[in-house]
Formats: sequence, C-alpha cells, structure tokens
Amino acid sequence: MFGPEQGHFALALACVLALVQFAVPLWGANRRDARLVGLAPYLAVSQLIALGYSFLCLVMCAVSDDFSVQNVAANSAVSKPLLYKITGVWGNHEGSVLLWTLILAVCGGAVSLFGRNLPDILRGRVLAILGGVSAGFQMFCLLTSDPFDRVFPAPMDGQGMNPLLQDPGLAFHPPILYTGYVGFAVPFAFAVAALIEGRVDAAWGRWVRPWAVAAWCFLTCGIALGSWWSYYVLGWGGYWFWDPVENASLIPWLTGTALVHSAIVVEKREGLKIWTVLLAIATFSFSLSGTFLVRSGILNSVHAFANDPARGVFILALLAIVIGGSLALFAWRAPSLTSTGLFSPISREGSLVLNNILLCSICAVVVTGTMYPPFMQLLAGRTISVGKPFFDAATIPLTLPLLLAMGVGTALPWKRAQLARTFSHLYAAAGIAAIGLVLCFWKLSGVLPIACGALAIWVIAASASDVLRRIGIGHTSAQGVWERMKHLPRSSWGAALAHIGAGITVLGLCGMSQAQHAIVEVHIGETRSLAGDDWTLLDVHDYIGPNYKAMQADIAIRHNGKLVTILHPEKRDFTTQSQTTTEVAIHTNFITDLYGVVGDRHGTGKDTTYVLRLHRNPLAPWMWLGGLVMAIGGAFSLSDRRMRIGAPKRAAARNMARA
Amino acid sequence: MNATRRGILTAVPIIGAGVLGVGFWRMLSDMRSGAFDPRAIKNPNVGKPIPSFAMPGLPGLGDGFTDAELRAQHRPVLVNFFASWCIPCVAEMPGLRAISRNMPIWGIAYEDKPENAAGFVQRDGSPYARVASDRHGRVAIDWGVTGVPESFLVAPGGRIIWHGSAALDPQIYEAEIRPRLAGL
Repeated sequence: MFGPEQGHFALALACVLALVQFAVPLWGANRRDARLVGLAPYLAVSQLIALGYSFLCLVMCAVSDDFSVQNVAANSAVSKPLLYKITGVWGNHEGSVLLWTLILAVCGGAVSLFGRNLPDILRGRVLAILGGVSAGFQMFCLLTSDPFDRVFPAPMDGQGMNPLLQDPGLAFHPPILYTGYVGFAVPFAFAVAALIEGRVDAAWGRWVRPWAVAAWCFLTCGIALGSWWSYYVLGWGGYWFWDPVENASLIPWLTGTALVHSAIVVEKREGLKIWTVLLAIATFSFSLSGTFLVRSGILNSVHAFANDPARGVFILALLAIVIGGSLALFAWRAPSLTSTGLFSPISREGSLVLNNILLCSICAVVVTGTMYPPFMQLLAGRTISVGKPFFDAATIPLTLPLLLAMGVGTALPWKRAQLARTFSHLYAAAGIAAIGLVLCFWKLSGVLPIACGALAIWVIAASASDVLRRIGIGHTSAQGVWERMKHLPRSSWGAALAHIGAGITVLGLCGMSQAQHAIVEVHIGETRSLAGDDWTLLDVHDYIGPNYKAMQADIAIRHNGKLVTILHPEKRDFTTQSQTTTEVAIHTNFITDLYGVVGDRHGTGKDTTYVLRLHRNPLAPWMWLGGLVMAIGGAFSLSDRRMRIGAPKRAAARNMARA
Repeated sequence: MNATRRGILTAVPIIGAGVLGVGFWRMLSDMRSGAFDPRAIKNPNVGKPIPSFAMPGLPGLGDGFTDAELRAQHRPVLVNFFASWCIPCVAEMPGLRAISRNMPIWGIAYEDKPENAAGFVQRDGSPYARVASDRHGRVAIDWGVTGVPESFLVAPGGRIIWHGSAALDPQIYEAEIRPRLAGL
C-alpha cells in the first residue's frame, strides 16, 4: 500500500499532473476559455495529493526499515529512534528535494483553496507557473536524485545517520526553512502572471503581500532555528559563520524583507510596481540559486551535500529556464507597467524606498562576498576566502541607517509628511534611545556595538510609542483607548511587533559582541573565574548511552559565592560512525547564557586534567527570541482582515471585465 | 530619460543573471573535466626550498619554530596553515588527527589571535607536533599561501615537494602524500 514502487509511481503521476497544470490554464487563459482555466485548482490539488502520497510512502519506507531502498539504507538504521527515522527522510539530498517539491505543491494547493477571491484568470496563471516550477523539480527528482532507487541485495542494516543531525532542532529546521524558500514561489508566480497580463495595480499588491509575508515568517523562523542549532549543537559558541549555506538563506531573506515592504507601496500608492515585480522574481530566484549552489559543489561549505556536478548541470538548466525566462519576460513587459505615484522623500513611501535601497545594498554585499571566491578562481585562477571581517565591515554600516529609518518610518504619514510634526511624536522614543545610549556606553565596548545597541533601543521605543500614540494613550480615556485598540488594524500591530523583534535581535547581536570565553585545563575540584563567575569542575564520569559512549562533567558556577547552576556538558563518541560530538550545557536566565563545553582528558591518575571551554554570552537568547517576535509580528499582520479579504469587490469586477 | 531608466532597470537583472549563469556553467563543465576544482590552488613554491622565518609559539603550546629547525628534521614534515576563524579548518581537524598518527604535522596559525588559535587547536585534541603563530600573515606570504587551510609537504633538508589547498583527510593522504613519502 505504501511501498517504494507506489511512491515512485505517485511521484511520476504528480510530475505529469504538474505539467498539465502548467500547460492547460496558460493555454486556456490565452484562449479566454473559462473552463480550461477553471481546471487549474483541481489539477493543483490532485498534484498535491499524489505528491503527498509519494512522500508518505518514503516516510513509511524509512519507518518500516525497508533497506531495499537505497536512500533508507544509506541514511537510516534499525537502532535509530523513530522520530529521527521520520525526520531523517529529509536529512539527505534525495529526500530533501522531494520535501521541497511537496512544499511547492502545498503552496499550489493553498492558492487553490484560499485564493477564491482572486480573478479566475489570474489564479489560473499563478497556478500554471507554480505547476511549471513543480514539474521541473519533480523531473529533477525522478531523473537525477530518485529517493525510491532500490538496491539488490538489500543490506541487513542501514549505515545510520550523522549523529550531529540527530537533534530535534535540526529535525524541524529544514521543513520550516524550505517553506520559507518555496513560499516565495507564490509571489514569484504572481509576478510572472502579472507580467503576462501586463498589469500591476493596488489589488495585485494586496493579493501578493499575504503570501510574501507568510513565506517571510517561515524563512525568518528557519534562519533563527538554524542559527540556534549551530549555537547549541556545534559547541563552538558562535551563531553565524557567514558560511555560503547561511548566506544562501540570508540573501532571499533580505530581498524578501524588501518585497514585503515595497508591496505595501504598490497597495497603498500604486508606486514601485516594476521594482516590486523584480523583487518578487529576485527573491525566488535567490532561493532557487541557493539550493543549486549548495548542491553543485561550486561553493566551499561545511554543510556538505553529496556534491555531484551532473546534478548541478540539471539544476542549472532548470534555473536558466525559470530565472532566465522570468527575467526575459520582465525585460520585455515591465516597461509597459505604468507608475502613478508621485513621491515625496519625506513620507511613508519615501521611507519604504530608503528601506528597500538599504536592504538591497546589504543583499548586494552578501552576494558579492559569497560569489567572489568562485568567480575569482574561475577568472584569475586564484583562490581566496572571504570571511567574517569583510561581511561585518561591509554590512554593519548599512544596518545603522536602516535601524534609524525603521524608527522614523512607521511614524510618517503617506504622501507628504511634515518633519517637525513627525519628530514631535518621537520625542519620547528619542529620550529612551538617549538613555539607551548611556546604558550602552556603560555596558558595551566598541563604537559599532554601542551605536547598534542604542539604535536597536530606538527602534523598539519608536515602534512601541507609535502604537501607543495611535491607540491614544495619554490623551484619551481608558474607554477610548480600548475602542482604538480594537480598531487599530492588526497589520499595524504586526508591523510594530516585527520591528520590535528586529530591535531585540540586534540587541542580542550587540550583547554577543561582548561575549567572553576562556579555554582552561583543570584538575577535578579546581576553580577558574571568568567575568566575575567562578567555574568549578566538580566531577567527571563516564557512562554508556544507547549508541554512544559519553564523558560527562559536572561544573558548578558560583557568583559571589552563591551557587548559580551546575552544568553537565558531555562529550559523546559514536562508535559506529567513529564520530565525536559535544553536548553543550547552557544555563540561561534570558539575560546571559553560561555555556560550558568539555573537551579532552589529559594524563592519568591524580594528574588527570580536563580541557573545558567556558563562555559567558550576554543577551544570546535575544537573537533568536527577536527572530520569533519578528515572525509572530508577520503572522499577526497576516490575520488582518484587509489581508484576508483581499481587494474590494469593485476591483475584482473590473479585472473580470478586462479579462 | 524615464524610458532609459526603465531600460536599465529591466536590462541589468537579465544581464547579471546571464553572466552568473555562464560563469556557473563554465565552473560545472570544468569541474566535470577536472580543470576546475573549487578547492585547488596552484602554488609556485613547490620544488623550491622553504623560505626563512622565525615565529613565536601559541600560549600553552610550547615554543614556535624557525626554518632552520624545519630544515634540520630527518623525517618529512607536513606543514599546515590554519586559523580559528576558518570554517574548512574546523572540518579538517579530524582528518589531520588521523594523518598525525602517520607523520608529524607542524601547524602555523594564520592571521589569528594567539589565544583564539590556541583554543582552537586544543578544542578536541591537537594534531600538531609543533605550533607557531603567524599573527600578521607575513610568513604565509613568503610561502605563497592564499587562504586557509593549506598544507605543504616538506622533505628533510627543507624542500617543498607537495602543496594542497583542500581540507586534508586520510583519503588525500593516501592518494597524494603517502606515495611521495616513499620516494624520499
């Protein structure tokens, strides 16, 4: 019922359905045939069912230890816990490509089900584009990386999984991150559909924004989760390494953030149309290219996928069709899109333009830093590596004005603002930021951390004061405040929350710039101090885990003689994979992380010493907390009635008449 | 003027994507033929004597070393440039530890704060017989190092006989280094 052959067949069926989903609605829209266009949602849902079944088959193969399936034999083992048998399905190249296409199909299904308020022709075209992309990737899956490949004779047991990947955080990281990547396929499809139609208006902006916001929320969560994983699993005390794989997720996040903002301008002012369409195309193109670069072996990265240039050629051809096709269409049709908005630099839309310029500049920096090494080697035959110093030096100065503008932007009215009036709303926030600056001078060292910290406090204060002003705190009765709170659009709450989240993340980053660590070699019972805390190694003992041998240390941390916590970091040896992992022990009070790692054992008997790494990471949890708050802000604005209902019926009727 | 601006805005993305696409295609096709290895670097010093240098050690890891000491060795030595800020170097460590069972590896910390480099080396057990600090990368320039990690096989007497720019592992040792040791 759920065997590998059924799964393989369902995958092939889904691929065919996706091809039909691509061709029929486009053809129907061209012929103005409502019946053909109307098939699109049914095809999208059927494709989703077929692909869902196929994915379920692969999960069942892994759960039932069917080692005749090459993919299961290579990545699973009988002794693996059930949770990791399931999540291990997407922990490898083939399975992750299948998950990727499944999420794309889910997006198509969502447009079919939740996009009922869209004009039929537009919805048909959007689904056709999604179907085309789906078909391409399902073909890639079938032809070059088939997850249902069989081996004969089937081995008795599988080869097991990298122990580093056996972690709940990483198990759910790929689905969330992929949902973010793939979710931007919907704005992309909207952009291409609009180019085919030759029209972008306020209604289009209103339709496209919820999809972009939803994808953005997932991508934000996915990046935060990945960074958190590297913090507590790799045991290195770091959280972001500017590794190509990390950059591959940051680049679409930057353009996606710009897209979420520029779509507001399309919706409210009918401006930035061409730019927004380009951003929608660019964001998805960067998502796709990231997937491609990671898997082709062109970029050096620690996140090793099985690199195969033949696969790379296939994906590159696919990218050339998707990205090249959409950009060619853009170059051909975009000049005909007319803009009506007149922009004053001091206005809400002006500040959104500034936001876009800065975000895209940061994006350009990250793209340059990531692509420079391979291109330098191709053109000059020289190998270089671009690392943290470049990225820090180039991105932080661009982040400062971005933070400054974030505080002012939401306080500005549309069309034309009076600076003096706007600033009068921001006195309180500026005051708090000034206090914050003093606080930063006291607590932080270094010009950039102090500036970033003060600006982050400024963003938080300005966003909060903006909401407080709108609900009338201070000049309306309690009853009036409650009424205004109820009527303030949820998107305003969401924007404020997301901006506060960004501020919290930046504060976390500033705190981490002050992190202190020490590497010490101690005997049992010895005490070392780090930044005011006394760390004592109480004991070290060995024990045997399910599939590893572990050495566990007990480290007591005292502050002024008072016991704060006892950490139990471990070092585990996985015998079958001959791999060692460190289990970091973290004590957090949400202000400071105390982070302990146990390393090697030296000597014997009384002279036995242990290498310990002790970290004091101020505000570390705030980095991920801020990401979560950003995503919650996005989700909150998604629940806004205006987002869900979509454009007024009048606009829809007008579209129908034109179509 | 508006039309020109639009023309530029619409043409630039496709030209940019085209350039990237052609570049990627060249890289991929060269990778298949073996002409392009993202991890390989040519070094002009192979076959030449090692340059002269004197470097201090890292805190807690003994003294540094000089070219004279390296030349005076009676066994071939693998010289490995690394840095605590370099991600491939993290990945390389288990491989180096495995190789260090067969031959001595001397480490040079490249453009790294000594305390960071020392912590990095001690993290999971040092593969290095000796470690020195090239704090400002001056020595690395003489060796022709373009990035980290890079490794050099130095024959007794101080001649460089092999250079590798990839993160080392036992496979590379078996395929590239061991056959060369036999000829010494």
